[in-house]
This record gives sequence, C-alpha cells and structure tokens, in this order.
Amino acid sequence: MTTNILEMRGITKTFPGVKALSNVTIEVERGEVHAICGENGAGKSTLMKVLSGVYPHGTYDGDIVFENETVEFKDLTDSEAKGIVIIHQELALSPYLSIAENIFLNNELKGRGGLIDWNKTNFEASKLLARVGLRENPTTKIMDIGVGKQQLVEIAKALSKEVKLLILDEPTAALNDEDSDHLLDLILHLKGQGITSIIISHKLNEIKKVADSVTVIRDGKTIETIAKQEVTEDRIIKDMVGRDLEHRYPDHTPNLGDELLRVEDWTAHHPQDANRVVVDNVNLNVRAGEIVGIAGLMGAGRTEFAMSLFGQSYGSRISGKVFLRGKEIKTRTVSEAIAHGIAYATEDRKTFGLNLIEDIKRNISMASLKKLEKFGLVHDNEEYKIATEFKQSMNIKAPNVLVKTGKLSGGNQQKVVLSKWIYSDPDVLILDEPTRGIDVGAKYEIYTIINRLAAQGKGIIVISSELPELLGICDRVYALSEGRITGELPIAEATPESMLKLMTMEKPR
Amino acid sequence: MSNPTPVPTTESIQAGGNVNPPSNKFTDRLSHVLADLGKNGIFIALIAVVVLFAILTDGILLRPQNISNLVVQNGYILVLAIGMVMVIIAGHIDLSVGSVAAFVGACSGVFAVQWGLPWWLSVILSLGIGALVGVWQGFWIAFVGIPAFIVTLAGMLIFRGLALVVLGNANIGSFPAEYRALGNGFLTDLFGEFEIDPLTLGVGALAIIILIVQQVRTRRGRQKYGQDVEPMAWFVIKLVLISAAIGFFAYSLASYKGIPITLIILAVLILVYGVVMNRTVFGRHIYAIGGNRHAAELSGIKTRRVDFWLFVNMGTLAALAGLIFTARLNLAGPKAGDGFELEAISAAFIGGAAVQGGVGTIGGAIIGGLIIGVLNNGMSIIGLGIEWQQVVKGLVLLLAVAFDVYNRRRSGGR
Repeated sequence: MTTNILEMRGITKTFPGVKALSNVTIEVERGEVHAICGENGAGKSTLMKVLSGVYPHGTYDGDIVFENETVEFKDLTDSEAKGIVIIHQELALSPYLSIAENIFLNNELKGRGGLIDWNKTNFEASKLLARVGLRENPTTKIMDIGVGKQQLVEIAKALSKEVKLLILDEPTAALNDEDSDHLLDLILHLKGQGITSIIISHKLNEIKKVADSVTVIRDGKTIETIAKQEVTEDRIIKDMVGRDLEHRYPDHTPNLGDELLRVEDWTAHHPQDANRVVVDNVNLNVRAGEIVGIAGLMGAGRTEFAMSLFGQSYGSRISGKVFLRGKEIKTRTVSEAIAHGIAYATEDRKTFGLNLIEDIKRNISMASLKKLEKFGLVHDNEEYKIATEFKQSMNIKAPNVLVKTGKLSGGNQQKVVLSKWIYSDPDVLILDEPTRGIDVGAKYEIYTIINRLAAQGKGIIVISSELPELLGICDRVYALSEGRITGELPIAEATPESMLKLMTMEKPR
Repeated sequence: MSNPTPVPTTESIQAGGNVNPPSNKFTDRLSHVLADLGKNGIFIALIAVVVLFAILTDGILLRPQNISNLVVQNGYILVLAIGMVMVIIAGHIDLSVGSVAAFVGACSGVFAVQWGLPWWLSVILSLGIGALVGVWQGFWIAFVGIPAFIVTLAGMLIFRGLALVVLGNANIGSFPAEYRALGNGFLTDLFGEFEIDPLTLGVGALAIIILIVQQVRTRRGRQKYGQDVEPMAWFVIKLVLISAAIGFFAYSLASYKGIPITLIILAVLILVYGVVMNRTVFGRHIYAIGGNRHAAELSGIKTRRVDFWLFVNMGTLAALAGLIFTARLNLAGPKAGDGFELEAISAAFIGGAAVQGGVGTIGGAIIGGLIIGVLNNGMSIIGLGIEWQQVVKGLVLLLAVAFDVYNRRRSGGR
C-alpha cells in the first residue's frame, strides 16, 4: 500500500503520425496539490484526457491505478463515478441556465415522481457555493457572472459529485489576479478538506504558491518530478525548454532592409466586454527581410493583436496607428489590409484558414481572385497553372491541385494557407502559430519557406507559443504578457530563460 | 547552427504512394469513368426516374406533348431553383419565394390589366418590385444579421399578406396576349405551320454543335495547361449521349408546338448563372462563403455584400417566376405560388446542394427540379392520388439528402 491516490504508469498515446505521449509516468500523493508543467504541445492536456477517459481505455498503452485499483475508463462518466473530475480551460457551462441548474446538470436532484425538486436543488447549490466562497444567488444565470465566478461554479459542480481528485487545466489563464488568488486559495482550502488536486499551469509563481510537487513534461515525456522544497523557477524552466536546439531550424542569414511596418500604441478591447483591455499599447516594427517573433503565453493577447491589426477582425474600441514604409495606412477591413500588402495566416487553419470542402486550387486563389479576372471571368486554367506552380514550389504533397484541402495532412494544409497569402503578394506576413499540429519534417519545410520569404525582402511576424521555435528562426523577438509588450530582444541576447521571465512579467500595480 | 538535413516524415512517404499509384491503363480509365458517374449521380437518377415512369405509363410520359408540358409546367420552379441553390450554397435559405411570386404576380395584374400599361413595362416594373423585396430581405439578413430563415419566414407572411392587399380579395385576369406568352407561348408560326417545326430542329442542332465545340475547347484548354482530362473514348460517349438527349428533346418539342417561350427564358438563365457561379469572382465568393464563412472573411471577401446581392437576385428571380406562373394561368390569384418555396428548396437539395452550404450547382438544381417535375407528371398520368404523390416526393427528398450526407461522411469531409 502506498499513499498515492493516483499512479499513471508508462502511458503512451499515439495519434496518426504523432506520438503525443511516450512512456509517461506520474504519481500523485493523496491530499497533495500536484502541478503539471510543460510548454504548449508538451502533452499535458493529452495526459489528462487519458486519465479522465476522454481517450478511452484501449486507445493508449500503460496502466492507470486509482486508489490502489487498476481502472479502465470508457468515458468521462466512468471516471467521474470514481471521483475524478476535470475542469477544462474552456468552461463547460450553459450560459442561459442558472448556477444551480448548471451545478446539477445531468445529476439532477429528483423528488417525488421523478420530477426535479427545485427547492432542494437551489438549497444544495447554495451550500456548495458557500464551500467555494462564491456569494451569488443560485438562481442567477451563468451569463450574468464573470469568468472568475464561473470557474468557481465549475468547482462547486465538481464538489457536488463527491470529487476525490480534481483536475484543473490552466484554471487561471482567463482570470484576473484577484480571481486567480481566490481560486488558488480555494484549491489550498479544498486540500485541507482532503481533496487531491492536479493543476496544469505554466504560471511559475502560482505553481510555487500552491503545489506540493511538480512534474515537468516535455515532448510527451516525463522529465522529472520535483518536491516542493526543491522547486525553483530556473529548474522548471530548464526542464521545460532543455532540448536540443540544433538540427531543427534551417540556417538563416538576415539581410535587413528599411523599416516596412510600424505599429504605434495599438490598443484593442474585448469584443463583448468593451472595458477589458486585451491588447495594451503595443508598439512594434518589422524591417524588410526581417523575421520578428512575438512570444507570449496563452491568453497574452498574441492572436488578438494580430487579428485586430488585420482588418479589425477581432475586438472593439481599437486604436493606434499603422505605418507601411513610413506612411500611415488604415486597415479597417480585411480587404483594405490585404490591399496594403498585409497578410495574416491564422493559428486555426481549419476554422479560420481553409475552405476544407474546396480543392487546393480554389483555396490558393481565394484571397486574390481579382488577379485572375479577365473580361469579368475568372481564368480557371490560369488558376490551375498557378496552383500547380505553388504545389511544386511549396512541396504540397497531393496527386494534383484538385484535391480537397480537408483531405490533406496538417503540414500540407499549412502550405496551402501560406500559398494563398504568398499569392496575394504581401509586404508583411503575420504567421500565427505556423507550425501548430505539424510534424517535425514538415515544420522544417515551413521554416525554410519563411526564410525564403524573408530573403525576398518581405517582413515576417511569427507568433508562436513554442519558444525554441522563435529562438530558432527569428532575428528579433518581442515578449507579450497580458496584452503588453514586456520586452524586445535581438536574437543573440534572447535565451529561453530571459524570454520566459519577460513573458510571465505581470503588470505593475 | 549546423547544417541539418530535413527528416523524412511519414507524411512524405504516404504522399509518395499517392503520387505513383500502380498504373494500369484500363483500371485507370475505368476509375475515371466511375468517379465521373459518382459525381453525376443526379444525372443518372433523372434517367432512372424517366425510364421508370416511361415504363409505368406505357410510354405516355415521353410523348411530345408531355415533354413540352414538363418544361412549361415546371418553368417557374426551375427559375426559383436557380436562385435558391445560390442562396443555399452561401449557407442561407429563402422561404418567402412563393409569397413573393404571388405578390409580384398580383402587382403585374394591377399594372397590365387594371392600369392597362404596356406588357413590357409591366414586366420591368414587376421585376423591379421583386428586386426591392430582395433589397428589403437582404438588408435584414446581411446588414442586421438576422438569420435568413427568420427573415424569409417573416417575408413569407408579409408578402402573402401584401398579395391579398393588392388583389383586394379578387382575382385579376385576362392578361394581354404578349404577357401570356411568357408562360404559354411558343416560338412557332415564323415559318408557318409544319408537321414538325424546322426552327425547333434547327435550334436543337445548333445547341448540339455549340455544346460539342465548347466541350472540345475546354478539353483542349485543359490539356494545354497540363491538366488531367477524361479518357477520349469516355469523352466521346458522353457527348454522344448528351447530344442524343438534346436531339430527342428537340424532336419532341418540334412535333408538338415548337419551343416554349419559358424554355428560352430558362436556357438564358441557366447559361448566364452557370457562368456566374463557375467563372466570376462573385460566384466564387458565394462558394467560399458557404464553405467557410470565417476563412472567406479573413481572405478579404466582403461577405455581407455578397449576402445582400444574393437576396436581391433571389427576389428578382422570384418575381420572374411569379410572372411566368401568372401568365400561364392568365390569372393573378391569392393562392398563387403556394408551396413554390418547398419545391425550389427540394430541387436544390435533390440536385446535390449541401445543407451546410458550400456545395451545389445550377445544373444540379435544374436536374433536381426536373426530377420533381417528372415525378409529378408521371404520378399524375398513372393516376396516383395527390396524397400519395406528396408522400413519394417527401421520401425522394429525404433519400437524396441522406445520400449526400452518407457520401460526405464516407469521403471524410466535415
């Protein structure tokens, strides 16, 4: 008998073409707060999905032992029955239902005749709310309370299921400091009541505050588990990034020209909550032939910045100035931005980047159909020819350009997106997570393409949550935290450690 | 940094397999033919329905008068189907077209009969009213952002009501002859009476020649740009079959009363909108919006503007359908256009349009409309009750969409 509530042994999980987890082992002691740390894409969330049965038994290798018993979960309900509750980054609450209704969703308190007993529901809900320290009427609708309080409702919901192991996936990513502090206190409070927690986070200060031990995962492997006494930020950072940076990035000798793009005092607010500043007074510039990186953790406002700049596709109350070659330009609509020579390749190819039911050729021409127009008609043979040229120069692997993009692999889809933007002939390309969900070989090709574009004198902005990637391909990097630029380093001075410090720098208050 | 070599990936290995499949000329051609048949499943469905009812009706279905009626009786549905499939490709729907057709029909009655305006002016004014209806609905859908389902559901009530208001609880009838020709007229008598109209045969022959020239040119163009083309033998077989169908159709029309005016209107619409959807920037934008609205917006496509013009176009086509229908009945009545929207929507979906948008063709919608037409016509000839006709049409629609959904799932789309 051990004091461990949970042991995951030798967990290996493969997706087609990608090994997400390889032989991960983790032990969680009863009654502790255990932090799991790692870069985006390291495999943290995958691990938790294995644990909670989202990936059912049989789709992974390895054993899960919970309360000294080997368990084989088929789905979420199975793991919840055992007392394992996971709270995802994106909260799973129904906005139009009340707090009480949400807490007892799919677990309704029934009275006589199988009908829902609303008095009991609301009464039990208010008891749970008291336990998590949320002073709200249980009949209030979820949409009327803030994200921080919603997070507490999620925890109350977990408590209603008699949780033994609570898993929180980046619980404070969307919260302000006050709410974060409250949440962390609550986790410690629950620990006092005997509830074990696993917290996934890359905010080092909060890990130090609450965690009894920290397990670091990198590239789908366990690096080490550190006990509380030995936890230092430096050690975690070294574990998180300590990989071989060689051989992953093509050589790149910058040939810098004049300044191409300059952004001054760029500020954008949340589209629904117009008082919340998401992008805060950002100033940056890109020179011709330069690859500039924007590094930031989840929620730092990277994509929000790029999209608000690209035709105000995100946000409200946007202000600031944009200069192209020293001349101020307006980018109020996407077509205006494109006309001024700005291109933005989104981080979410499938939702925002591609028309998956159309073929390669039509996706490539989508942003530049006007160029193919002759006497009012689209010259479709010319379109085919151009698409085929891109297929060759970008090495898009498909039998021909009439293949639907939905059937391509992630790497090839990304090449189609890049082709689309290159064909629009931009001066500045903003590439948001250009290698997300792409295997190593295809990543290398994407980097080569980025280098080639820079060599042609285009200005490139790369947004990435993978620090090694930015350090490997950029000439200069900006760090973004809480919507603000917290630092700017030439590549020679940027190290993972110095960047992570800037990226986690909080607003002075 | 040292000089690395790219790592070979599973991806490139798989793709290598794709690029060089074990090549066998015969199976290669066969697969091409099969793929083509799969893509043109709707065409085969039409042939199957025609053959089925030709047998069930002892050949009555294929008599010249019936063939002619097929076009004239379904003309207005086919006009609506053209606009409807465009709306559906963009991911919307229009429930109001039947009411709009009735409303415009009523207005044209006022213009041509009560006010005694010349027929051409009445037609122009009526089409203008249809466009204005489209402006109204397009405004709410594109610029206010209300789902088309709701806006056009409201439009269904509003314009049905306005039609009654305009009619003042009475039918308006006895339209001038030129107006009636829109729905009833034939392009005959130019050369006097013949047993078999030579003009119709001439037009049929011309259509065949144009089709062949155009197909050959397209094929040559593709070859010039190094694209794959279908095997020559299959290309010829297809051309011969289609030419034979056109020939039979022209001969049938010629043996009856010649070319219906409705058919001329339809032919022009099909050609023009076919080009619009395939070859113009506007048409491409419609497909792009339907396929992925977010991606289209982030590619600089002005989605609202496209939505707006789509509904203006739909309103105008609904007006045209209303004119043809009114002309055919020689009567603008309160029940006109009842259920047209459902037939037009069915035609688009049977013709292969996808419920989620992004997929569909003008040709498909026309064939879908013809399938419905043949079903209507054939079932009436064999004397099937109206109640069972509805059941059959409902099942056909359901099966057509189920087939589409099944196909999509199999091919791993969304």
